[in-house]
Amino acid sequence: MSIRTPLARVRGLGSAKDGTHHWWMQRVTSIALVPLVLWFAFSMLRYSRLEYEAFQHWLSSPINAGLMVTFLATVFYHAKLGMQVIYEDYVRPEWVMYVALLVTQFVLFLLGAISIISVLKIALA
Amino acid sequence: MSATKRPLSPFMIGPYYKPQMTSVLSITHRITGTALVVGTLLLVYWLAAAALGPQAYHHAQAVLGSMLGQLLMFLWTWALFYHMANGIRHLFWDAGYGFEMPDATKSGWAVIWASIILTVLCWLIAAP
Repeated sequence: MSIRTPLARVRGLGSAKDGTHHWWMQRVTSIALVPLVLWFAFSMLRYSRLEYEAFQHWLSSPINAGLMVTFLATVFYHAKLGMQVIYEDYVRPEWVMYVALLVTQFVLFLLGAISIISVLKIALA
Repeated sequence: MSATKRPLSPFMIGPYYKPQMTSVLSITHRITGTALVVGTLLLVYWLAAAALGPQAYHHAQAVLGSMLGQLLMFLWTWALFYHMANGIRHLFWDAGYGFEMPDATKSGWAVIWASIILTVLCWLIAAP
């Protein structure tokens, strides 16, 4: 128990200045992901069975490549937002939470970059 | 019980609180979300292999086509549809609808059945 007032404890820490941005972007990405997930799940189950040339041909269509890049960017952004909430709720001590959050952010960004560049390489070949 | 030794969320479900539709579906949303994040590794591997060339592509196809690969893909499809269906349930709550207990229970069952039906349908149509 501290005898300091709640105001004294937050004074000097500054405002995060992002208000509801995290919450809002999680909703925006989840709405976008509903049609994207339906397209993605069906397409991957169906077209991942294709031979190499046929799969390259499928993914090199601008519509499929565009949908895939949009899906990947939205998924990895949504994943970052979601994992952040889970860490903030369950991971303590605080420094472990921040390390986990940083590592997860870096890894998810890298995975997004690798997968999007792979799609672009096939689409632009 | 001292204040510092209180059971923390989500570990009070089970030993302290009776599992309910709301709490079990809520924690399943987080578990499937985390599992899907891990599952993206498989997707990235697949796409990178397709970009690397025919040899890497055939290797990836053999990995995913194996019994374990197909089982993971099936569970992953279910996790994806569960997270999507329950996510839509959350969006309705965000808009202020469906908070009454009978409604929350009904939408919970709808999420469970939708995730199962969509998974089976998707595999029947796309991967016969």
